[in-house]
Amino acid sequence: MTSTIPLSGPEENQSWTRYFGFNTDAKVIGIQYIVVAFFFFLIGGFLAMIIRGELITPASDLVDRTVYNGLYTMHGTIMLFLFIFPVLNGLNNLLIPTMIGAPDMAFPRLNAVAFWLVPIFGSLLIASFFVPGGPAYSGWWSYPPVSIQNPLGNLISGQGLWLVAVALSGVSSIMAAVNFVTTILRMRAPGMRIFRMPVFCWTALAAQSLQLIGLPALTGGAVMLLLDLTAGTSFYRPEGGGDPVLYQHFFWFYSHPAVYVIILPVFGIFSELFPVYSRKPLFGYVYVALASFIIVGLGLVVWVHHFFPSGVPEWMRNLFMFTTMLIAVPTGVKVFAWLGTIWRGKLQLTTPMLFCLGGLINFVFAGITGIMLATVPIDIHVNNTYFVVGHFHYVIYGAAVMGIFAAIYHWFPKFTGRMPYEGLGKLHCLLTFVGANLNFLPMHPLGLMGMPRRVSSYDPEFAFWNVLASLGAFLLGVSIIPFLLNMISSWARGPRATHNPWNAIGLEWLLPSPPPEDNFGDHVPTVISRPYGYGLGEPLVEHQAEIEKALTLAEATR
Amino acid sequence: MTSSSPRRLGPIALAALALWIGLLALISYWMAAQSYHWLPVQASNAAPLVDGLFSFETGLGTFVFLGVISVIAWVVLRHRAEKYDQSDAEPIEGNTKLEVIWTVIPLVIVMGIAVYAMRINHQLGVLGPMEHIHPHNAIEAQGGYPGDQLPPESIEVIARQWSWEFRYPGAHVSSTELHLPVDQPVTFRLTSEDVLHGFYIPAFRLKQDVIPGKAIDFSLTPTREGRYRLRDSQFSGTWFAANQADVVVETAEDYQAWLTQAASLPLQDGLSDAVGEYRERQTQVHPGWATVRPAPPPQVNVPGSNTLPHDA
Repeated sequence: MTSTIPLSGPEENQSWTRYFGFNTDAKVIGIQYIVVAFFFFLIGGFLAMIIRGELITPASDLVDRTVYNGLYTMHGTIMLFLFIFPVLNGLNNLLIPTMIGAPDMAFPRLNAVAFWLVPIFGSLLIASFFVPGGPAYSGWWSYPPVSIQNPLGNLISGQGLWLVAVALSGVSSIMAAVNFVTTILRMRAPGMRIFRMPVFCWTALAAQSLQLIGLPALTGGAVMLLLDLTAGTSFYRPEGGGDPVLYQHFFWFYSHPAVYVIILPVFGIFSELFPVYSRKPLFGYVYVALASFIIVGLGLVVWVHHFFPSGVPEWMRNLFMFTTMLIAVPTGVKVFAWLGTIWRGKLQLTTPMLFCLGGLINFVFAGITGIMLATVPIDIHVNNTYFVVGHFHYVIYGAAVMGIFAAIYHWFPKFTGRMPYEGLGKLHCLLTFVGANLNFLPMHPLGLMGMPRRVSSYDPEFAFWNVLASLGAFLLGVSIIPFLLNMISSWARGPRATHNPWNAIGLEWLLPSPPPEDNFGDHVPTVISRPYGYGLGEPLVEHQAEIEKALTLAEATR
Repeated sequence: MTSSSPRRLGPIALAALALWIGLLALISYWMAAQSYHWLPVQASNAAPLVDGLFSFETGLGTFVFLGVISVIAWVVLRHRAEKYDQSDAEPIEGNTKLEVIWTVIPLVIVMGIAVYAMRINHQLGVLGPMEHIHPHNAIEAQGGYPGDQLPPESIEVIARQWSWEFRYPGAHVSSTELHLPVDQPVTFRLTSEDVLHGFYIPAFRLKQDVIPGKAIDFSLTPTREGRYRLRDSQFSGTWFAANQADVVVETAEDYQAWLTQAASLPLQDGLSDAVGEYRERQTQVHPGWATVRPAPPPQVNVPGSNTLPHDA
């Protein structure tokens, strides 16, 4: 089970058991990441159902308030650290080596270690449900002093386990980021200059650079919080001269860029998929690629907008409002570039394309509420209300998760060798789009009316919109059923996929489906043109016709 | 975004496009007017400024959103590939002029919004300093009325897990219901005895975190009589959701009468929903997960109420 196969070894180990052991093949690790992420997605989603069950009535009547606080804390933590980051790292593992023509990641063993930390800290986090006193309950921000109150006074508390898990998650992410950045910078196919790189790799490079810059701040902040909690230090403890607001700076210095770590690869997915299903080149490739790095630069200097109503002076409010507003510009460039791409295209409304279009609509909506939140006087009113909850769920579920689903449907045939079912896929897309909007749109009026986030009970005037939101949440729960059915049944017995079922342009589509363990092996093709050459009639690589002919021939004789 | 339309436009198409943009502008204008109804009643002089800004951004945002949706809808309806058509579309790789336009226009718009918002920030600052942080004075924290240090109209707000206490140092009154005279600027000194809390009155559109170890001066002017909710807006632990108080804005005479009457009342238990729920919880066999014990109810002249119908 735990055999470490030598790189580009001759023997093929195609047994399904390799997915359960320590394997260094990025394509195996990628699928391991994605499957583990969806396991935790189901847990996080189940917690969301309980949260929305509690909030379907004004009174606190489904679970105890302490339980509610633990559940919402764990919902956020699981969804971010155990679902969205791992699922994106799974896509990175699958796509980066195959897109740039590398045999594997730069450091395959480090890659596997980074992955195996995920189930370890995941189990640690889940174990915190069973320690005396229950799990962490201070929100995924874990602001002190609430997070260091430790009511039972035990050394091992839910909050302590939470902090260790988050720190381990940071270690795992740093290992993965080192690997992705090195791989992208050093292992591209001959001829693939930086401005011939697919946009997904550009966005992955941008996102992983942010991880490397930001994570040390969070890790340092979390270690100090752990010391305050367990060793009685006073970094943030006001009665010892500490400053609780200092933690907010550490936390958001990373956790705002973390939003871009999530959304940038999704921009990459949109930039890959819109050209394929519009049969047109990506509009303004160079500008779209560079905009990712403008977002990196600006994304690092906006963190204070998360706590305008905290103890923040006026000049800081104004400064961070300006930087936050500026981010709308490179983001807008990308949105307009996608519109330019689909404009006058020949659209194929496949499942991945529908997910992309739905995700784009949700993202534009989230962008507009984002501008509102950047505006200090409006933010003062809606900060820490359901308006913010609605906004970031539009970003993370409405745009990012829909983009991730698009990617899964699009690249599923490449890495499993099987075609997903279109009917189930479209049903999944419809339920997701309707469910997400029904769930998250009502949160905006609630926030405007003044309903704070994280409440376990609320005044009766908020009931109407909360009922709608809860129904939307339950619909989202249902939407996962066709997805799981589709994945399991099509992987087991779906129609066999050709090497390029979507007629897409990219190195990964010049590999068999599924690709061999070392991808191109010794025969890495030489890239001779930019990506997305739809309608231009130029081959992407040297000897492209021969490569495709050989692939088709192999498919005909299998 | 609609500027990415093809170059050759006939007069009818141009008229239709202009009509469509006009229609979107009309809908946006209507949405901007509607947006006032999504917010609570305006009960402070900050509220109209905030609501005006929100309405402006709602209108603008509606226009941008509908513009993008229009492009997507047009493409999905008109530029779909025929069945079994696998061929590529005309390869347009970009358009520098267009790219410059859609960089500059959003830049101008968001910078415009930021300048507008900064001016409102400044106005809100003129109406009352949004915040002044003082190092926490230990004597003040220990209770007592630091009347000699505060302007007479200043009100001390003490946030706890989980109750709100309001002290009127000039009148020697304390309460768990906040009473304010209408149309008079009032200054609060916000302190917390335990964790972060948020002093948030939606009808006033104002919010300020209360930070343990600091005293924060915070000013506002109520402009409408009525009963409003004060909600804790920064998560403060188990009974965070129940940490609400009522704010009564009344005429200057009623306010003075309330203060005079309150001063004559003996100290008694103030409102703390958490204390009652905690007591009830203690009787259960499996009450849930661990919690911090609520602070005892503050001793006040007037407990007031937090169950009466409120305006917002």
